[in-house]
Amino acid sequence: MSAASVWRVHVPSDTAAASVGADEVAEAVARWTASHSGSGLALHRNGSRGAAWLEPLLEIDTPKGRLGFAQLSSADVPALLDQLSVELGRSDTPGLAHARCIGLVDEHPWFRMQQRLMFARAGRIDPLSIDEYRDTGGLAGLQRALQFDQSGIVQEVIDSGLRGRGGAAFPTGIKWRTVQQAAAASKYVVCNADEGDSGTFADRLLMEADPFRLIEGMVIAGLAVGAQQGYVYLRSEYPRTIRTFDAALQAARNAGLLGPRVLDSPHAFDIELRVGAGAYICGEETALLESLEGRRGQVRSKPPLPAIAGLFGCPTIINNVLTLAAVPDVLAQGAAHYAGFGVDRSRGTMPFQLAGNVAQGGLVELPFGITLRELIETFAGGTRSGRALRAVQVGGPLGAYLPSSQWDTPLGYEHFAGIGAMLGHGGIVLFDDTVNLGAMAQFAMEFCAIESCGKCTPCRIGSTRGVEVIQKLRRGENLRANWDLLGELCETMEFGSLCAMGGLTPLPVRSIMTHFTADLLAPSPADSRADAVASPDLVAEEVA
Amino acid sequence: MITARIDGIEVAVPPGTSVLQAAKAAGISIPKLCATDSLKAFGSCRLCVVEIDGRKGLPASCTTPLEAGMVVRTQSPTVARVRRNVMELYISDHPLDCLTCAANGDCELQDMAGAVGLREVRYGYDGANHLQAQKDESNPYFSFDPAKCIVCSRCVRACDEIQGTLALSITDRGFASKVAAGMDEAFLESECVSCGACVQACPTATLIEKTVIDAGQPDRQVKTTCAYCGVGCSFIAELKGTDVVRMTPDSSGGANEGHSCVKGRFAWGYATHPDRVLRPLVRERITDAWREVSWDEAIAFAASKFRAIQATHGRDAIGGVTSSRCTNEEVYVVQKMVRAAFHNNNVDTCARVCHSPTGYGLKQTFGTSAGTQDFRSVAYADVIVVIGANPTDAHPVFASRMKRRLRQGAKLIVIDPRRIDLVRSPHIAAAHHLQLRPGTNVAVINALAHVIVTEGLVNETFVRERCDAVSFGQWREFIARPEHSPEATESITGVPATELRAAARLYATGGNSAIYYGLGVTEHSQGSTMVLGIANLAMAAGQVGREGTGVNPLRGQNNVQGSCDMGSFPHELPGYRHISDGAVRGTFENAWQVTLDPEPGLRIPNMLASARAGTFRGMFIQGEDLAQSDPDTTHVVQALEAMDCVVVQDLFLNETAKYAHVFLPGTAFLEKDGTFTNAERRINRVRPTSPPRSGLHEWEAVCRLATAMGYPMSYPSAAAIMDEIAALTPSFSGVSFAYLDEVGSVQWPCTAETPRGTRIMHEQGFVRGKGRFLLTQYVPTDERSTRRYPLLLTTGRILTQYNVGTQTRRTANSTWHTEDVLEIHPHDAELRGIGTGDGVQLASRKGAITLHAQVTDRVPEGIVYTTFHHPEAAANVVTTEYSDWATNCPEYKVTAVEVRPVD
Repeated sequence: MSAASVWRVHVPSDTAAASVGADEVAEAVARWTASHSGSGLALHRNGSRGAAWLEPLLEIDTPKGRLGFAQLSSADVPALLDQLSVELGRSDTPGLAHARCIGLVDEHPWFRMQQRLMFARAGRIDPLSIDEYRDTGGLAGLQRALQFDQSGIVQEVIDSGLRGRGGAAFPTGIKWRTVQQAAAASKYVVCNADEGDSGTFADRLLMEADPFRLIEGMVIAGLAVGAQQGYVYLRSEYPRTIRTFDAALQAARNAGLLGPRVLDSPHAFDIELRVGAGAYICGEETALLESLEGRRGQVRSKPPLPAIAGLFGCPTIINNVLTLAAVPDVLAQGAAHYAGFGVDRSRGTMPFQLAGNVAQGGLVELPFGITLRELIETFAGGTRSGRALRAVQVGGPLGAYLPSSQWDTPLGYEHFAGIGAMLGHGGIVLFDDTVNLGAMAQFAMEFCAIESCGKCTPCRIGSTRGVEVIQKLRRGENLRANWDLLGELCETMEFGSLCAMGGLTPLPVRSIMTHFTADLLAPSPADSRADAVASPDLVAEEVA
Repeated sequence: MITARIDGIEVAVPPGTSVLQAAKAAGISIPKLCATDSLKAFGSCRLCVVEIDGRKGLPASCTTPLEAGMVVRTQSPTVARVRRNVMELYISDHPLDCLTCAANGDCELQDMAGAVGLREVRYGYDGANHLQAQKDESNPYFSFDPAKCIVCSRCVRACDEIQGTLALSITDRGFASKVAAGMDEAFLESECVSCGACVQACPTATLIEKTVIDAGQPDRQVKTTCAYCGVGCSFIAELKGTDVVRMTPDSSGGANEGHSCVKGRFAWGYATHPDRVLRPLVRERITDAWREVSWDEAIAFAASKFRAIQATHGRDAIGGVTSSRCTNEEVYVVQKMVRAAFHNNNVDTCARVCHSPTGYGLKQTFGTSAGTQDFRSVAYADVIVVIGANPTDAHPVFASRMKRRLRQGAKLIVIDPRRIDLVRSPHIAAAHHLQLRPGTNVAVINALAHVIVTEGLVNETFVRERCDAVSFGQWREFIARPEHSPEATESITGVPATELRAAARLYATGGNSAIYYGLGVTEHSQGSTMVLGIANLAMAAGQVGREGTGVNPLRGQNNVQGSCDMGSFPHELPGYRHISDGAVRGTFENAWQVTLDPEPGLRIPNMLASARAGTFRGMFIQGEDLAQSDPDTTHVVQALEAMDCVVVQDLFLNETAKYAHVFLPGTAFLEKDGTFTNAERRINRVRPTSPPRSGLHEWEAVCRLATAMGYPMSYPSAAAIMDEIAALTPSFSGVSFAYLDEVGSVQWPCTAETPRGTRIMHEQGFVRGKGRFLLTQYVPTDERSTRRYPLLLTTGRILTQYNVGTQTRRTANSTWHTEDVLEIHPHDAELRGIGTGDGVQLASRKGAITLHAQVTDRVPEGIVYTTFHHPEAAANVVTTEYSDWATNCPEYKVTAVEVRPVD
């Protein structure tokens, strides 16, 4: 590389990176370049690659590829850039010897061992540059979709085996076909970006790192069913995402990706960004539609399905961010390519999100089929506390807590359903051996009590009673009776609740009742009482 | 039809029927709490869960449509356990005071706890709960006790779906979810209109009538009809003995289909108000004190006075006025008394002052003095035109039906000087509000017709097949004249031409268009012309004679239609047949065994004028307060004072009774046995909940008076009166109490050809044969603003009060409307230095009254508005003697006035 060329210094603009100082690092880079004109270095804000544990991850273009400097602080910047500017032109890999250098980022095992389709572009480009998007393969899916008729697009999606990534895992193509075949004057595409599950951040990461991918996916969905208007329902807790995605929408309109003639085709499609108001339940699709319509976020009874009567009573595709973001690949590479990944009826890749007590947290995209243990052992790097891993909650707050005996289960929809668990949105939260799973069972009910919309009785009252019964168990009161009562309450909530919120809350509780019985029955140090049962084992025996 | 199996029983139901409804049809009862027939399925309580083969979990039967081949089990161990456990959750947050609870014996929660076999609450009662939630007792009629609420949302949904006020909502979420009125205010302070739909929908004691709290559960029921407005809602009077505990709307009622308003539902307490006079009173002079006498003495007193007047001043010196508040049977006997016992036709009715132009106009054009549709028809209208009516206040239950259709997307055109609530209310906005100057109705209707004729929007097929060609040709030439164009009339009416043209196009081309109108049409010097104009418009656009269309007067009082049907006008025998028609008269003479005067008698204004002139000296007034409700009060009072014998039959010593010599105590609707005919020609039964508190039915008193006058008149029962009406009135020929008791209600004509009555008139052809167009030349009223009286006063009603307030002011309805106020536009107010709440004097050339001002842009500049519910304000002191050219209906809606502040 000649001395005259500009070397880009990439600093992620993403929320997670910013939370650990990426903006300060970027400012430091800007200050340095401002005072070193002619240095050949220029700041470039990219999205995050999703390796949260490496952030702030500063990258610099080199002839060999991008060299990474991890966990950088703004204080590190001047010295690093001084060093880089000196080594520029002299070395293909300037700064390799720097203490923070992780080598070529693409070569880093944490990235190399992933199979990135959906997140292939994340962190590599300026999220708001449609040129960079196009240069890295963007819009190929839409271009190909424009060659198809509606059924052709729908068929590709059906053939890809893509299933809803929001948690319910409903076959996406089938849902689209229902909407496509529904006769109506208006149809809508709604993207569920109300990412509320604890330990999940893939939607946010994607929308901040590669927003045009989501937009492209939604445009394809619109083409597939004859919808001209899309809505993205984004949670208010993601202010940076709101700004980024809004700017991306404007850029997409300016570039003709959205508007009356999508990419100069006869098709019209536009997207409106709507911001939620902080209710977890609005991630439930029918509550989301209510909220979009300006009503209280309360769950609707099904039927009718949203595909038949959704937003404003019209046939509506409602998909998660990750589902829609998978679509451009399906169309660009063809259904067979996408379906070539995965296992059994879980096709394609899944962005798993490692969180909780984890040393190397972040987004790991892999084909379905790897076991939970392999995933953790390969990517997690142990717990952050350094203590032994005791339990893993997969699938958000409504997911089961898995003991080590279940960690060999392959990460696939059916496989997890088979052990009374679920993949949900791909959140994987790690707990070390200090966790009190009795408290976590109580938290599961508390979460439901706080976030329940309040419409159906089992969820509205049951979750509060669940907290109370678990408290009684944890205090050692009437163990037999309260144990049975909790079991019946779980049944009532599972069978009786209107939506998955109340229906799935028993999942984590039951997993703890089954696998961590002693925790549930042991008095926690905080509320130990004289009459509390002495030995958890004895209690476990009593209720078994 | 969908066939499936429920509990092994094969059921066949229409598509879309829920599993719950299908089970009910098969005689299988599934426990439920949030589901109720009057509301859309909601699926929240989860008591109605069932097992369905091939379905995961336990679907709620209320929200699951039955599908072909479904196999449903409504009972299984799992279902039973889940239902019982759901109930256990409910009761874990519910007071255990069933024995002392006001809903004891009428509580669905209690019933369901029994049905699911709840035996214990294993959660105990010390968990989180709402038992300390504060009661809201602010509403005078019902209490709200959130501690007893099960958050089923039935009240919220009733307010949304049935009433359409959307005053209630659930606030907060999860366990904290609760019902809130308005912005979590007290019910009384919220936008709640106290229609009672929420109370009706509540399955527990959370929302309950205070009368039930006081009295306990009723022990018997009587189906009857509300006696307030012309909607004619069917009610169930729930009683303990003869005491009303509550009035609940009847879901089988044709007019209201289970809905009600604050008046019918709650404001019935006047019927037993201590102010009621229960014994006859007489006095020689109106300055004397009243003397309580026996019925016999009172009747003899009145008869001798009337006979003496006739002896001295001639047969025509006395007359009678029938009341639209009374039953058909009561009205019928009064007009019969006048014609047969007084031997003249000096009978008129209070409809003179409200809808007489309707009778005239629709008879002239269509051939029938009545509205064309039933209320249900509004559910099929695509365009709804409201002219000079304020349904949300004056006809609230019909308004709710109309609003439901508007929320579904029907377009609304409002023609009214004032921005009535309908113009903009929750989920409703008028497509066009033609805010015309009072008194320019005819100019507006002509302009609308002009657009239709000149823009090629006439329904030529309809006109050719259904209407009279000659009259149409004349009318078409007339209406097409440039002077009727919106542009030409804009300066007269104040309605922008473009807006008017758009409204006309919408009416003619928007699908089914229906016109609903009120007294803002009739109470003008051109009231009859306007009715003709409306009929012309509907015929030209082909918007009459089918579902969802028509011309529909909204009748003010419960029995305006009936009192007119019953021959209350001086020129018409029952069934709108002219007194001069020898054949018709012969029929009556034959039946009544008397010779009838072939000459029409005096109208009310003529009677009053003759009284002032000294030629008319005795009057029988059935249930009308002439001194308060008729225009130009000063002249009315002079006329009353001039007479020798004024007999008032009423519940209360009203303003008119101050000038009476005989007071005959009337019966409240809860004591009446008879029929009311509502605005949709629906003949509804009125059934007594107790014997007459006065000792005599009103028709009995009238019969005795007629007999004492020398014409023997008696009936064994009210049913016998209807039998006579049916025998003498072709359109009523199929009507009898027994038949009404069997079918509920019928809309006349009810004949051998139409035994179930007639929902929609003129379906095949107009009653008069061909629809007739009449020319409607706009003539400005003589009443116009001047330098001295620069503003125009128009009047109307408010939801909670009724007409001159005789009844509603004797109930807690006065909580909402303690006085009549004057609405005045901010510009007019500022010019005069008037602020809201200021005392103002409202003066016309006729008189002046004082009241408080309310500054609001609801009225346009130059217009002021008030109601006439309170005698203190006495709006009719200022109204004038002008009246409709054809029917003498007073011009209440336009009076030139000036407003000035007073201290």
